[in-house]
Amino acid sequence: MRLKLMAALAATVMGVAPALADLTIPALNYRTGPYAPSGIPYADGFSDYMTMLNERDGGIGGEQINVLECETGYNTEKGVECYEQTKGQGALVYIPQSTGITYQLIPKATADEIPIWSVAYGRTSAVNGKVFEWIFNLPGTYWDAASIMTKYAMEQEGGSLDGKKIALVYHNSAYGKEPIRTLEKLSEKHGFELVLLAVDHPGQEQKSQWLQIRRERPDYVFMWGWGVMNQVAIQEASNIRFPMDKFIGVWWSGSEADVVPVGEGADGYKSVTWHGAGTDYPAMQEIKSTVIDAGLAAGDGTKFGEVGYNRGVYTAAVLAEAIRQAQEASGTSDIDATQLRDAMETLEISDARFEELGLPGFTGGFQLSCAQHSAPRTAFIQQWNAADQTWTPVSDFMEPDLEVIDPLIMEDSMAYAEENGITPRECD
Amino acid sequence: MPDQLLFGMEVFLNGLMAGVLYALVALGFVLIYKASGIFNYAQGVMALFAALTLVGIMEGQVPFSHLINAIFGTEVHHFGWHLPAVVGIVLTIVVMIGLAWAVNAFIMRHLVNQEPIILFMATIGLAYFMEGLGDLMWGADIKKLDVGLPQGINTAIDEATYDFFGYGFFIDNLDIWATVIAIILVAALMLFSQYTKQGRALRAVADDHQAALSVGISLNFIWVLVWSIAGFVALVAGIMWGAKSGVQFSLSLIALKALPVLMLGGFTSIPGAIVGGLIIGVGEKLFEFAIGPLVGGATENWFAYVLALIFLVFRPQGLFGEKIIERV
Repeated sequence: MRLKLMAALAATVMGVAPALADLTIPALNYRTGPYAPSGIPYADGFSDYMTMLNERDGGIGGEQINVLECETGYNTEKGVECYEQTKGQGALVYIPQSTGITYQLIPKATADEIPIWSVAYGRTSAVNGKVFEWIFNLPGTYWDAASIMTKYAMEQEGGSLDGKKIALVYHNSAYGKEPIRTLEKLSEKHGFELVLLAVDHPGQEQKSQWLQIRRERPDYVFMWGWGVMNQVAIQEASNIRFPMDKFIGVWWSGSEADVVPVGEGADGYKSVTWHGAGTDYPAMQEIKSTVIDAGLAAGDGTKFGEVGYNRGVYTAAVLAEAIRQAQEASGTSDIDATQLRDAMETLEISDARFEELGLPGFTGGFQLSCAQHSAPRTAFIQQWNAADQTWTPVSDFMEPDLEVIDPLIMEDSMAYAEENGITPRECD
Repeated sequence: MPDQLLFGMEVFLNGLMAGVLYALVALGFVLIYKASGIFNYAQGVMALFAALTLVGIMEGQVPFSHLINAIFGTEVHHFGWHLPAVVGIVLTIVVMIGLAWAVNAFIMRHLVNQEPIILFMATIGLAYFMEGLGDLMWGADIKKLDVGLPQGINTAIDEATYDFFGYGFFIDNLDIWATVIAIILVAALMLFSQYTKQGRALRAVADDHQAALSVGISLNFIWVLVWSIAGFVALVAGIMWGAKSGVQFSLSLIALKALPVLMLGGFTSIPGAIVGGLIIGVGEKLFEFAIGPLVGGATENWFAYVLALIFLVFRPQGLFGEKIIERV
């Protein structure tokens, strides 16, 4: 009798457990807490794209995609808990969605041999794949963003920033301080004055910083903000009548949630980004018909086409392509984390391939390598139109000043290697 | 006049205005502490909850719509109305009174005569519960709050100071309105506590709740009343702060701005909250202006606490707090 009971229990457990052949992708989402307005659109976009692949194609290479959602609340400790809870379930890759969580997971995932993909956040010097074998940070880094923003400002000023003044309003944290070194180097190179204005977390009160901007009259203001800091900064800029077309935010300061609460005052505000906004892409329309209209959406569908949603779609599309290439390279549909890592190191998605995926002109094509874990490292500037409630590109894709940035990446990554006793690999 | 002096004057005025906003949050703490001896950790979340409710009601959002849709498979999100701000504010006050009744009926009434630390812990639980409830009811999106208050530079002050000093001062219209509203609010609270029966009962409870009980004052009623008033003050603070940043969950963190104000002004004094707010506002802004650039900026958060600690060392009960003398 006892044996029968145990057999029944085992059968039940096997019945409810996910099929082992599923492609398991933990999603460390934050749908609750103060940062939920940024976390929800991304989480919806990522899940909806994967659901579309499951519904339309039966998954990838015949394997269903199993997105394991784990709520972090944008809390580093909870993020690490999510990692520990899910890593034993056949996790193929982790996308931490937080620089803090990324930093915690770098040594853990390296030891566990599971790739980490920090999508344009995390440790900048992880670009150096010779040192960071399991960490990827495509499509670009904060240092690339700082350089591209400077380049754009220079173009707007007729090719020179000599004698100009740029103020950086930044979140007073490791994340917010990331661009300082790059901007200091660029100010030396191009002869502009850099004014640094730190804003303490959470950034609800910024009167002092914006009074100083009013006094200093910088030619441009760059922003490295997060959460409520973004909306307050844009509101304060509007209050002091700073020309919004000279106010440029990093890609985490450039979503609908940052500008809509400010209303008309946010009109003309700009941000750097690496992917398109809106729904005017075949893949987006397929998500609408296959997932949202079919009632299979992860959220309520209201975030469809927002910057954060499309960022989730970008991440899912690139990851799905990496899985496809891993399946082709390994000759098996049931890939493991190592096979995915190997495929990511040779991952190539051309502009033509993005078009085949239903995302023409959505983002730049790229090729990764063992040595270069981030590509294409290009981005463009988008501008907010408050009347139409749309983001419009106002520049082409631009490359960063690699002459300035790459030596910094090399210096930082080699210092990390030395601190951690890592011998860099020999590869290209 | 030297530029630095002019800039300093502008910073001073803006510090005063910021101080009023801090004082608005601190007022809610003072009201509850004065009447019941409870340090209400949930005051910041009450401001958030009130602002969320106000926007939800004004925009005709269906409360708990995600939950309703998930359970019943429906697709209801909006009632289809947009209410004027005045109606929204009145309905939100009704909700906050209901909340005050519920807090008293389900939590505080059962904790009478418990240690202050137990009551404090209860308010921590209440804060997290209300944050979750707000999320369930109204969702986690950032909401634009527009109750018709003007925002942006006050051109009259800008032009007048420009004509006088050759430099136009920046004063935000919203801050001016916040100051006017705070003055009206404090005056109303003073009048209420001095000249109404309920106000006198409230003061009696604040002085000695056992003596108040012995003359027939209902503690339950007084506590519902005081939580309702604190809820109203939280609504005013939520409107002012929500108009600046949109209504979002980090609004609850404004409570952090009230703590140094309370340490400085005292936990039991309404004038203390106002004066404390002004001192903190001016102090932190002037320090950031004068010293901030020398030490890398972002001094306001910690300097407010340093300032409060300095006052605390010399006046532990705060500037206007009641001195506690225990005789053996």
